[in-house]
Amino acid sequence: MSGQDTADPAGTADPARATDPARATSTAGTAGTAGMVRDWRGVAAEDRDEIPEQVSLLLRDRSRRLLGDLLRPYRRRIAVLVALIVVSNVAALAIPYLVKVGIDAGIPPMAAGEGPAALVTVVAALLTAAVVQAATRRAFLGMSGRIGQRIILELRRRVFRHFQRLSLSFHDDYTSGRVVSRLTSDIDAISEMLQSGFDGLVTAVLTLVGTAAVLLFLDVRLGLVALLPLPVLLLFTRWFRRQSSLAYRRTRETVALVIVHFVESMTGIRAVQAFRGEPRNQEIFSRLNADYRDANVRSMHLIAVFMPGVKLIGNVTTAAVLFYGGLLASGGSVTVGVLAAFLLYLRQFYEPMQEISQFYNTFQSAGAALEKLSGVLEERPAVAEPREPVPLERPAGAIRFEGVEFSYRDGTPVLSRMDLEIPAGQVVALVGATGAGKTTLAKLVARFYDPVAGRVLLDGVDLRDLGEDALRAAVVVVTQENFLFSGTVADNVRFGRPDAAMDEVVEAARSVGAHDFIAALPQGYDTPVGKQGGRLSAGQRQLVAFARAFLADPAVLVLDEATSSLDVPGERLVQRAMRTILSGRTALVIAHRLSTVETADRVLVMDGGTIVEDGPPEALIARAGRFAGLHRAWLDSISDLPRPSG
Amino acid sequence: MRSLWRMKTYLRPYSTRLAVIWAASFLGTGIGIVIPLVGREVVDGPVARGDTAGLLPLALLALALGAVEALLVLVRRRLLADAVIGLETRIRDDLYRHLQRLPMAFHNAWQSGQLLSRATTDLSTIRRFLGFGMLFLVLITVQILTVTVLLLQMHWPLGLLVAASAVPVVVTSLRFERRYIDVSRRVQDQQGDLATVVEESAAGIRTIKAFGRGRHVYDAFDAGAREVYRTAMEKVRLSARFFTFLEVIPNVTLAAVLLLGALAVGSGTLSLGTLVAFTTLMLQLVWPISALGFILAMAQEAMTAADRVMEVMDVEPTIVGGARTVGRPSGHLRFEGAEFRFPGAAEPVLRDVWLEVRPGETVAVVGATGSGKTTLTALVPRLHDVTAGRVTIDGHDVRDLSLPALRSMVATAFEEPTLFSMSVRENLTLGRPDAAEEEIEAALRVAQAEFVHRLPWGLETRIGEQGMSLSGGQRQRLALARAVLSRPRVLVLDDTLSALDVETEALVEEALRHVLRDTTGIVVAHRASTVLIADRVALLSGGTIAHVGRHQELMASVPEYRALLSAGLEEDPDDRGGLDDDFDDDVDAEGALR
Repeated sequence: MSGQDTADPAGTADPARATDPARATSTAGTAGTAGMVRDWRGVAAEDRDEIPEQVSLLLRDRSRRLLGDLLRPYRRRIAVLVALIVVSNVAALAIPYLVKVGIDAGIPPMAAGEGPAALVTVVAALLTAAVVQAATRRAFLGMSGRIGQRIILELRRRVFRHFQRLSLSFHDDYTSGRVVSRLTSDIDAISEMLQSGFDGLVTAVLTLVGTAAVLLFLDVRLGLVALLPLPVLLLFTRWFRRQSSLAYRRTRETVALVIVHFVESMTGIRAVQAFRGEPRNQEIFSRLNADYRDANVRSMHLIAVFMPGVKLIGNVTTAAVLFYGGLLASGGSVTVGVLAAFLLYLRQFYEPMQEISQFYNTFQSAGAALEKLSGVLEERPAVAEPREPVPLERPAGAIRFEGVEFSYRDGTPVLSRMDLEIPAGQVVALVGATGAGKTTLAKLVARFYDPVAGRVLLDGVDLRDLGEDALRAAVVVVTQENFLFSGTVADNVRFGRPDAAMDEVVEAARSVGAHDFIAALPQGYDTPVGKQGGRLSAGQRQLVAFARAFLADPAVLVLDEATSSLDVPGERLVQRAMRTILSGRTALVIAHRLSTVETADRVLVMDGGTIVEDGPPEALIARAGRFAGLHRAWLDSISDLPRPSG
Repeated sequence: MRSLWRMKTYLRPYSTRLAVIWAASFLGTGIGIVIPLVGREVVDGPVARGDTAGLLPLALLALALGAVEALLVLVRRRLLADAVIGLETRIRDDLYRHLQRLPMAFHNAWQSGQLLSRATTDLSTIRRFLGFGMLFLVLITVQILTVTVLLLQMHWPLGLLVAASAVPVVVTSLRFERRYIDVSRRVQDQQGDLATVVEESAAGIRTIKAFGRGRHVYDAFDAGAREVYRTAMEKVRLSARFFTFLEVIPNVTLAAVLLLGALAVGSGTLSLGTLVAFTTLMLQLVWPISALGFILAMAQEAMTAADRVMEVMDVEPTIVGGARTVGRPSGHLRFEGAEFRFPGAAEPVLRDVWLEVRPGETVAVVGATGSGKTTLTALVPRLHDVTAGRVTIDGHDVRDLSLPALRSMVATAFEEPTLFSMSVRENLTLGRPDAAEEEIEAALRVAQAEFVHRLPWGLETRIGEQGMSLSGGQRQRLALARAVLSRPRVLVLDDTLSALDVETEALVEEALRHVLRDTTGIVVAHRASTVLIADRVALLSGGTIAHVGRHQELMASVPEYRALLSAGLEEDPDDRGGLDDDFDDDVDAEGALR
């Protein structure tokens, strides 16, 4: 009869929105309530993003601040919106009333032979109301849509920019999956609220209040009878809201698990098939699928109770109005028109109730999303930009550590009081076991972190006094990740210097020995590298990363363990490239395969956060210390003869 | 349509319920139509005659009808929920089962996101249509017809007018829906592109920071966000226009009905009660008529969705097991003229591969990047099938063996280990769900993976994407432990140790020697140290096995092999066997630099 039958909130919006596995990440953390589920899933720290959704309607201060901040530029337009929606609703409410007037005041004159003048006036008014309603409604939809989209755009920009600004120490804890869900599913939740929820809620409330007012105005006695079931309705709605928010949450949790398991078993199908994991996987999937089904059935059963429940209340009221109204009408104390209008109004009175319940979920997820986003926006970057950056005209690349100490946030010390001087142009190799502090030292040079005590200087300037742009132009890090962005090979090389011309890109590739393989690709430099560089081999990715660094032409280059997964010819290629790109710069090279080390001017052997040996490689080998030992082990590992075992 | 029709088998278990649902729906709709007629009786009967006694029975009738209507809705919704969600769940189960059987070739060609959208979005589109759309399509049609007939009977000119008002609504709805779907898809695609930018900016944050390219990445994001904004605005404008139109048509019709109806009452051709009933009935038609367009569009979407699901369901698994099992396998592996060619590729990756690995023997496979080493190893457990020749184990063509039998004989530790978001234990026992605690311990020891005990919840700690993150070396060691734990006759190590540091690697190799003493082994290796686990080495070059022999022999006699395995830059360029002739220029340049 009404829009109510379209209602199917149970999970229809869900899978669609949660299709991207990354988006499901944040919701999956809390699941695993059923004992059986925990068995295979294992235990993990609860996801800190998950905010109890019950509190989400009472937003925290920071969320309210964010919301106010986002809405402020639109204050005037929001006032206009309110005016529009009120006019639109008044016009809509006037229509059944005008039908009543038409029946009561238009027909008798005609029956009395006085002509249709009164009737025509009423009909004209009715048409005017219809047009006004349509025009204001359209203006409202367009305007609120624009404001909503503007807000979403602004929010996207803000959150993205903020994530980029936050330090690596933040990103170390905050996985990329969570970043993606903040910027996709959370934004979507708010967008959905702005798109449908807001309009729906305002319309529903205004219709409800307006209709009640009109009913009382038409006839107080009949109006009271019509409104009598209202408290019951409110209680019933409250019950439904509570139940459905539980059910909704359960649906989201279960669908997230279905999605994660589905995606992982499809991306990992090779391992699944190779190890005959199919039956076990099917068992797990069926269970998750059944959990999702139960959650869905539960929430659809709730609707199956709620919708006819509201209908029942509405129908009982209609019967009561029919009886009482008939009584009054036959007594002549109300007109037939009033009775007709009542029957019309009652129809639209009970619909909004059902709709409000549907928006409830939308509001809840939007509230939760807002909480998470405002939480992110409140994070301050640990490595802050200086207020007055010191300019660095032509960096030479001299690095000095003065009493530098570093420890992780939990207090575990990593570097203890380090003094170190690296003159411009020196190539330094960092050697040591995992956890000796090599990477930390490199990250301090790149100012991915700030030291806890002491300072790191570049050409005599504290890194904390350098602006981001100046620092990054002077110091570049090539990590083991060699992240390639989707786009062409040329795009990825150009990432080192976005304004570089094509011949400069080619020149850089040539210098590091990458030109030949790039030229041999199907579309040369315009070949797309695929998702995260998937179309290139590890060695090729490494070379592209080197070309990128070469193009950036920094004074200081940090190479953090770049060659581990290469085969020998690949490593040899990289070795050769390295000589080219290191020449004329200060370089810090971290490697566990010592072949890299031989090209260095100086070797620093680290252990437990301190430098234990320091000197040119030949000298250290001759000294028969730690480095000499490592070097021998390495020679053995690449030699042709088996090592003596034990 | 045909795809959708094929899904009817999934509804079979619910056939009785479906009958009840349909009956309840028709009855309910009928009652919905009758209730306003009671209103007419009230106005024309007791009210007109001042007969208050006749009022009560009519009101009670309305009450009873109203209660029954609500009850019928309850019955319909409950039963329908069970049926359609049951259907969706069973199709999803079957889809998953089917996908697990499809070979690697299929999975390489299909992104998991594509499969996921079929298992979630498409299935719920189908569910919504079967559970709501189809029923309502019929109900609404019946309702519109019944009410129109009633209206025509009451007063045919007005009835005709109301019926005619449905035409523009349906036409516009259908047209709108097409454009709406189109623009919605575009928003979705653009949001997908934007999500990719976000994903990369998050995953590549270290690279971005290293080069200070935050602004560059922001510009790319902003361009994408603006595009989404523009398309979303198009969508906003489109729907604002459409929804307004939907509301204006019935209101204008109502005005016309009032005008003409009142005239008819004035001229005595229509009773006042009929006019009241008429307007009520007419308003009842507003929603069904405007819903008709949506539901037709929904039907269209459901058909597309069903096609997409069936497209996957109809893919025949090309790798199915034979019937044979091997009683006491010894693990005698032979490649007999094996060829492999990716579908549609001009050149085979592997051709005429002959290689024998005797029980208990270990052979290392060495070759340049891209020479087909991984593909070679994938032929054994039939992750791929040979396109010519054959692979045998203990004399049986692997294609004659049942898949569980074959794959329990062969275990592979992959270079890029796949760990699932499950407990360490579940990950380890993937190939042997019944492994005993001591066996798990032993496998962990071999792989030097005892670090798992130091995880917060030991073996019960969840790892993978959704759990503790592990380093590349840790992941490889777990993958190795998983392979060792499944106690295969043939153990394949596909460059499993590449991410380990030198010391750990040495320890793992030492332990592996014991495991490989009585297991047939294939070891893909990049480094001399790994090659030395093997008894013999096979050099893969030009898509085939070019040389087989002991490491020292090949080092001495095969320049290409030497180029692949000897480290450093010291060797004479002439000995490099032409593998990287292209780089001679660079070597010269280096010489000049020195």
